[in-house]
Amino acid sequence: MLDNNQLLRFTTAGSVDDGKSTLIGRLLYDSKSIFEDQLHAIENTSKKKGHNGVDLALFTDGLKDEREQGITIDVAYRYFTTPKRKFIIADTPGHIQYTRNMITGASTANVAIILVDARHGVIEQTKRHAFIASLLQIPHIIVCINKMDLVDYSEEAYNKVINQFEDISSKMLVTDVRFIPISALEGDNVVNRSKKMDWYQGAPLLHTLETMHISSDINKVDARFPVQTVLRPQREGFIDYRGYAGRVASGVFRKGDEVTVMPSGFTSKIKTIDTLKGELEEVYAPMSVSITLEDDIDISRGDMIVRSNNKPEPVQDIEVMLCWLHKNSAKPRAKYSIRHTSNEQKAMIKEVVYKINIDSLDRNIEDKDLNMNDISKVKIRTTKPLMVDSYRENRTTGSIILIDDATNETVAAGMIV
Amino acid sequence: MSKYYLNYLDELESEAIYILREVWAQFENPVILFSGGKDSILVTHLAKKAFYPAKIPFPLMHVDTGHNFPETIQFRDDIIEDIGAQLIVGSVQESINEGRVTEEKGKNATRNALQITTLLDAIESNKIDCAIGGGRRDEEKARAKERFFSHRDDFGQWDPKNQRPELWNLFNGKHFEGEHFRAFPISNWTEMDVWNYIKRENIAIPSLYFAHEREVVRRDGTWIPNSEFLILEDHEEVVTKKIRFRTLGDITITGGDESEADTLQKIADEVAGMRNTERGNRSDDKRSESAMEDRKRQGYF
Repeated sequence: MLDNNQLLRFTTAGSVDDGKSTLIGRLLYDSKSIFEDQLHAIENTSKKKGHNGVDLALFTDGLKDEREQGITIDVAYRYFTTPKRKFIIADTPGHIQYTRNMITGASTANVAIILVDARHGVIEQTKRHAFIASLLQIPHIIVCINKMDLVDYSEEAYNKVINQFEDISSKMLVTDVRFIPISALEGDNVVNRSKKMDWYQGAPLLHTLETMHISSDINKVDARFPVQTVLRPQREGFIDYRGYAGRVASGVFRKGDEVTVMPSGFTSKIKTIDTLKGELEEVYAPMSVSITLEDDIDISRGDMIVRSNNKPEPVQDIEVMLCWLHKNSAKPRAKYSIRHTSNEQKAMIKEVVYKINIDSLDRNIEDKDLNMNDISKVKIRTTKPLMVDSYRENRTTGSIILIDDATNETVAAGMIV
Repeated sequence: MSKYYLNYLDELESEAIYILREVWAQFENPVILFSGGKDSILVTHLAKKAFYPAKIPFPLMHVDTGHNFPETIQFRDDIIEDIGAQLIVGSVQESINEGRVTEEKGKNATRNALQITTLLDAIESNKIDCAIGGGRRDEEKARAKERFFSHRDDFGQWDPKNQRPELWNLFNGKHFEGEHFRAFPISNWTEMDVWNYIKRENIAIPSLYFAHEREVVRRDGTWIPNSEFLILEDHEEVVTKKIRFRTLGDITITGGDESEADTLQKIADEVAGMRNTERGNRSDDKRSESAMEDRKRQGYF
């Protein structure tokens, strides 16, 4: 691998029959990412189950219960590497009752792969997957029109899906959408170019994943540095050292930059940017460093260092697109802990504005319950200000989770409007 | 303008540092589980980076089965001295002596499963609320579903169907008295990533990973090292081979591969060409299709 090879995270949403597992198996198999002992195990299981040849879908088998039931319940992470990139797949279930798992997988993805069965075209599930990709602001969407072998590799079937998809996505906030006709089962246009679809001029899936531009996926404009912890070595050579440890959420910081500490509002200049390997002149997302300032200011976990000429808004009232993740429904006006970057406060859900029917995408203003897998627009009030950006502009400083103090469980995830 | 993106190893490093700092910030009494294997060495190296210029602010904990490679123990002691951290040792032999566990019998007996009790006892008696491990999701199918912050109930058990969702970089380590967490900063690394990074950073690792001459016995398709714990069958013969180990577990269950790879570069090249998974030589994983999941549920690493 080359030194400048990047990491690309993608998510695949799908259910039992749309060929998601076969697609992942095909990607791993044709890119030679499967080891022989894994292959032998799969060959044995395939035989036991009476399949002809190797059932590629078995590569994505996970927990005991999932193997028994033949479904994906949880998010499973898989890895493969090509000479051009390292890939992390968040493999998620596609059924409506697993919306929360899809959202989890989507939260860190650069790319969403949406599978459409060429025979059936765009269905409710496709719409749901596209909506989740747009809600979570996944920067790139690849619609794989699968099972082309079952429609005689027809260009007409492919074009029909494109039209249908563009029809539904026109109402969503998606920027980069591509369409690839594939057969995961036969291996057409997954890793290798199909010989049966001369009419398709684009690249196969893997080549697309290897070459698409992802460097701009992180916000490079708004410099944000949430402080995770304060480093005070108190040892020889570092007696007075006071470093703020964190990971740059977005933007670029340079030595000498004038910065403001939120929420206190104190200003100072960056004195040093430190790592074990030595000092840096500049640092950008998503690097982890320790920053020292020229002035002695009281800073602790939960504070945010930002560039003085570009500050987030300190707010106590936020509007959030909230996905309820827990089987215990929200209690009216109940208090939760809210986690935003490294900052934690108490919060109350003041109002449910509407709930989205994620199949029709209609808004329901009557139904105010927040049950597992519901996606709703809500108003939240926090006890102390959070330094927020909108999720559209910044996935790190625009996202929150809610934690139930009675159970310590994470109960909801939200995107700040 | 310079490039404003990280390569994959820098991004994995930054993610791991972020996780380690979150552990320090969210828990009272964390430890690094240190086995002397390359993954726990890597985690320790990343912890050095995470807290520089301060020292690693928590102890290392070793669950000592008594069936160690002597090289591993020497290496452990050297690293402790280098980083100036405290070492906590949980001893399987003591658990056996105290009657907490019973030793397996027969030629394939291992102390692998016994470690679970010793580990959980050590966690409880040292009031540890987060044990940081070098587990990776690419190692095994049950690990593919593991969280970065993984909850354990007050019996130390993992419930894979009831895990907390982890979104973005927001990790929830809240827990009640008696419960603890396992944290896995290198979840997203593959075996190849680990070797490429060790090579890049020139991290010291035990000599066992490099090809060396050793007395071994052919058993179940792999070379098991000869040791005082090994019970030979009549037909088995001790031979000397040039081998290296891909993973390090107990000396009784860790099989080696014949190899000429005696530098980090050669190891990385060899791993890149490997056609079997690294745990393929670990007899602890071969016991059944869900061997790892079953052990993890009980509290295994």
